[in-house]
Amino acid sequence: MFEAILLTVSMAATPLLLAAIGELVVERSGVLNLGVEGMMIMGAVTGFGVALMTGNPFLGAFAAIIVGALFSLLFAFLTLTLVTNQVATGLALTLLGLGLSGMIGESFVGQPGVRLPRLDVPVLSELPIVGRLLFSQDLIFYVSVFLTLGVVWFLFYTKAGLTLRSVGDNHSSAHALGIKVVRIRYMAVLFGGACAGLAGAHLSLVYVPQWVENMTAGRGWIALALVVFASWRPLRVLAGAYLFGAVSIGQLHAQALGIGVPSQLLSALPYLATIIVLVLISRNRRLTMVNTPASLGRPFVPDR
Amino acid sequence: MKTITLALAASVAVLVPAVASAQNETAKACFIYVGPIGDFGWSYQHDQGRLEAMEHFGDRLETAYLESVPEGADAERAIERFARSGCDIIFTTSFGYMDATNTVAGRFPDVKFEHATGYKREHPNVSTYNSKFHEGRYIQGVIAGRMSEAGVAGYIASFPIPEVVMGINAFMLGAQSINPDFQLKVVWANTWFDPAREADAATALIDQGADIITQHTDSTAAMQVAAERGIPAFGQASDMIEFGPETQLTSIIDDWGPYYIERIQAVMDGTWEQVDIWDGLAEGHVVMAPYANMPDDVRAEATETEESIRSGAFNPFTGPVNKQDGSVWLAEGEVAEDSVLLGLNFYVEGIDDQLPQ
Repeated sequence: MFEAILLTVSMAATPLLLAAIGELVVERSGVLNLGVEGMMIMGAVTGFGVALMTGNPFLGAFAAIIVGALFSLLFAFLTLTLVTNQVATGLALTLLGLGLSGMIGESFVGQPGVRLPRLDVPVLSELPIVGRLLFSQDLIFYVSVFLTLGVVWFLFYTKAGLTLRSVGDNHSSAHALGIKVVRIRYMAVLFGGACAGLAGAHLSLVYVPQWVENMTAGRGWIALALVVFASWRPLRVLAGAYLFGAVSIGQLHAQALGIGVPSQLLSALPYLATIIVLVLISRNRRLTMVNTPASLGRPFVPDR
Repeated sequence: MKTITLALAASVAVLVPAVASAQNETAKACFIYVGPIGDFGWSYQHDQGRLEAMEHFGDRLETAYLESVPEGADAERAIERFARSGCDIIFTTSFGYMDATNTVAGRFPDVKFEHATGYKREHPNVSTYNSKFHEGRYIQGVIAGRMSEAGVAGYIASFPIPEVVMGINAFMLGAQSINPDFQLKVVWANTWFDPAREADAATALIDQGADIITQHTDSTAAMQVAAERGIPAFGQASDMIEFGPETQLTSIIDDWGPYYIERIQAVMDGTWEQVDIWDGLAEGHVVMAPYANMPDDVRAEATETEESIRSGAFNPFTGPVNKQDGSVWLAEGEVAEDSVLLGLNFYVEGIDDQLPQ
């Protein structure tokens, strides 16, 4: 029973983790992309459609990554090359994604999808309790965990990561040092888009293998909140995603057990938890500032 | 950029230019949906009704629709736009359009308005219509009472409004008619539509011992979870058999087509009059998907229950029925009044859940 609950929690947490870890890299480079929801839903419809047509869910997941990245390229071109307002462009990307995915997915409605198979790690998956949780999951779960560790390593243990963070902290200085600010931001945005696309594919290929319009139901926005919640630290994003998943699954179990707490309050719990943690971490202002990319959301025009 | 233009073009194309129709032979019917027509649930079924009407009338009927119209200020604008564009009859298909529909109706006395699931008819050109979905839920309860080995069903509910509470009570009464000790676990998802949350709710209910799942939320996610776990489930709003060929026992299908055809015909004939419709199995507005994945005797019993409700011989809310706190609601043989049902805000005896107020 406990094992079953943990499995559901990891299911709920994986798409949030993926989308948030991608957005974290984007924001660390100083770009605020509010289009996560739009990129996610594009990933979801692509992943489902390709898997349905080819019968191969792995191909679906791969296509979702590509489309997520391509979709974010639109955002990158507008905000980085044409220097449009990042907030407005991000919102537009979300709206465009929601509408476009509905149009593309019209013929997929009502068709059962293809599920991404579980991959068992031999021997280890037989372990009690953690066996099924850690070693008998779908591919996207493994990717989400390794990607998080990879981002930690990249951001804090490589020169390229240092460069990316410097661009996010002070793009003018970075530019003066000869760093290609725009190019680095392009790559960061593309990475974020790819992650969001894969997160969408998790929804439509693993979580609920079907396509319905608006099936992300606001998870892109939760991912955005998680990045702030985690104060731009990857491992805290991991913890935050699982905490969020645990609270939202826990409240359903509490209800099924007949615990007499108003369900509306239980439904609000994950969001309440987010607000409480935000208040707690923002108490120490200086500590928060250390991790906040100082150039976040600010437009950069070289040689001005 | 090309994609943007395409998307814009597509959304504009939905609003077909209006052709005023003075003759009685033709009509233009317009529909406002709260969700996307691709939700495979509530709005999808309304759109199926529109398509059915189009097929029925052929060239004589022109239709237009707007989907995902938020309930609120936008709704009034959308309805007014339709009224101006020459629609003869406008169907507004969600509870939250109630005030907007009546406001616009006051300004356009020559246009007929039909509001689904509401109760306000402030002008003579406004009708309201709804369906008795609880009749289907009673049948589901009967089936659940026979099919559940543990005697425990899981119910995924959306919001604590009378419509949903009515459904839960009807299901429970049906189940209790077979097994007096039947247990019902209710989870309030607090959403009409969030496939992932609905899937999680189904998983939680199954993990807590429910061995049959029913839902009053709109997506097919719970059906898929039940299929994966190998337990039976009931569909919602549309026939979801594709998502659980060996799982779905039956589904309550909202069939709006006959009503839409009848009302559009009335507009063409010039015989349209204000009505307040609350129809169910008897009129064909509520249809049960084929009974599947159950033994023949259970199927026979379900069919028999359906027939007795359809013929009017039996009403699901017939006494003796006690409220959750044990006090008497309906005495022996007493049938609940429609007005009480439409404002239902309490559980019947035996449901182990606190109704959110």
